[in-house]
Amino acid sequence: MSGPRARPPALVALAAAGAAAFLLLPLAGLAWRAPWSSLGAELADPGARTALRLSLVCSLWAAALSLAAGLPLAWVLARVPFPGRRLVRALVLVPLVLPPVVGGVALLLAFGRRGLLGPPLEAWFSVRLPFTTAGAVVAETFVALPFVVVTAEAAFRGADRRYEEAARTLGARPGVVLRRVTLPLARPALVAGAALAWARALGEFGATITFAGNAPGRTSTLPLEVYLELEAGRLRSAIALSLVLLAVSVAVLVALRDRWLRAL
Amino acid sequence: MRRRARPAAAALVALALAGCGGGGGGSRRLTVLAASSLTEVFSELGRQFERAHPGVEVAFGFASSSSLAEQVVQGAPADVFAAADEASMARAVAAGRARDPRVVARNRLAIVVAPGNPAGLSSLADLARPGLVVVLCAPEAPCGRLAAAALDRAGVALEPASREPNVKAVVAKVVLGEADAGIAYETDVRAAGARVQGVAVAGVDDPSLEAVYATAVVAGTADAPLARSWVDFVASPAGQAALARAGFRTP
Repeated sequence: MSGPRARPPALVALAAAGAAAFLLLPLAGLAWRAPWSSLGAELADPGARTALRLSLVCSLWAAALSLAAGLPLAWVLARVPFPGRRLVRALVLVPLVLPPVVGGVALLLAFGRRGLLGPPLEAWFSVRLPFTTAGAVVAETFVALPFVVVTAEAAFRGADRRYEEAARTLGARPGVVLRRVTLPLARPALVAGAALAWARALGEFGATITFAGNAPGRTSTLPLEVYLELEAGRLRSAIALSLVLLAVSVAVLVALRDRWLRAL
Repeated sequence: MRRRARPAAAALVALALAGCGGGGGGSRRLTVLAASSLTEVFSELGRQFERAHPGVEVAFGFASSSSLAEQVVQGAPADVFAAADEASMARAVAAGRARDPRVVARNRLAIVVAPGNPAGLSSLADLARPGLVVVLCAPEAPCGRLAAAALDRAGVALEPASREPNVKAVVAKVVLGEADAGIAYETDVRAAGARVQGVAVAGVDDPSLEAVYATAVVAGTADAPLARSWVDFVASPAGQAALARAGFRTP
């Protein structure tokens, strides 16, 4: 439900139009140079299809893991006072500001063969992350997780606590309050956070190529493929692949918006 | 408060603009786009060149030869282009953006391993040992193309754990211990110092398996004589000596 139509001040309208143009112009540039006639052939390429499938699988896993790990963390940060909470809150944002390539190196130093946790992981669980699809998911989750934490924490903090208190006085146990009151109230923010996390994971490049390497079918997601096409001087193919990435993400985000956000 | 903020903002903008202009103060500026494997040696040659040409400032852009070729073809403002492979240079020449390329050095492949060569590798065939984690350059990069050709000629079938975007990334994976071995250039192994060790292998001394470095003047340079003298300098005895010290082979 939208409010009464507002007439924007001229300056605001101008700035808004400028911002929209700034975002749209590069896309127009891509569309302008896109090899529309051979787009089908570029996309029928088995390498491109493998990369697209891998991108979708990895990014969906990363979004799911970000939700699974991010929601509890966001809830604790929002509701449980503990010493060092401000520090933890700041640390959660680190993957947002860290250059992704450095994030990839950091992941190697933590989960790599010579890393802090890599040797026990391999000895006890036979898990090796670098150069594997699991590693690509870990890299994407590392950069995507903060989006869930930040949006969910703001929602948990901003929620009207009286609904939860009412549920409790009516005899609901804490788990029931969380499931039936807190989470539904925060749903718009959770969906937005998950969508942002997924989109960030889908476009992830630096941490993935550094931590998981580039192995076709295992870790070569679409952004890696695009980069290597550019390196090889195949601009048309790189643009075609980027357009696919763009189309898929816009389609999913628009669908999400219609399904989840409009009614709210 | 509000009034005082304005001059401050104006000063900031002026500063930012001045920064963008890169205040060379009327000096001549030479922009060299060069393959990343030339980073160390070209930086050193740049200092020598500036000493020999007072008032000249040499600015470098290091990246993979193929992306630099793309920049040159798209008309990036540069004076000299130095590529690590003939294909990239040929693209710039074919587009009419680079003139008279001159070959200045060659580079040979080597196996790169951890110090002490713990796996005891001595040939390309050893790389196919089961359980060995091997990384190569991506086939899009010159080092990947050459490595694939060398393996092919040696009859070695190899599924690398990763095809890294450039040769420095291959060395980095060995330095970090993520990979047991990789194929890189001799000069990269030398540049990495004591953190890795190179294994010279038979079968990579064929000229067709060597990286060929060429420099050329970029068409449309604002200072053709200066660009020409850089190309001459790299080919001069002093330039060749610096390249040899870095492990490059003579053209």
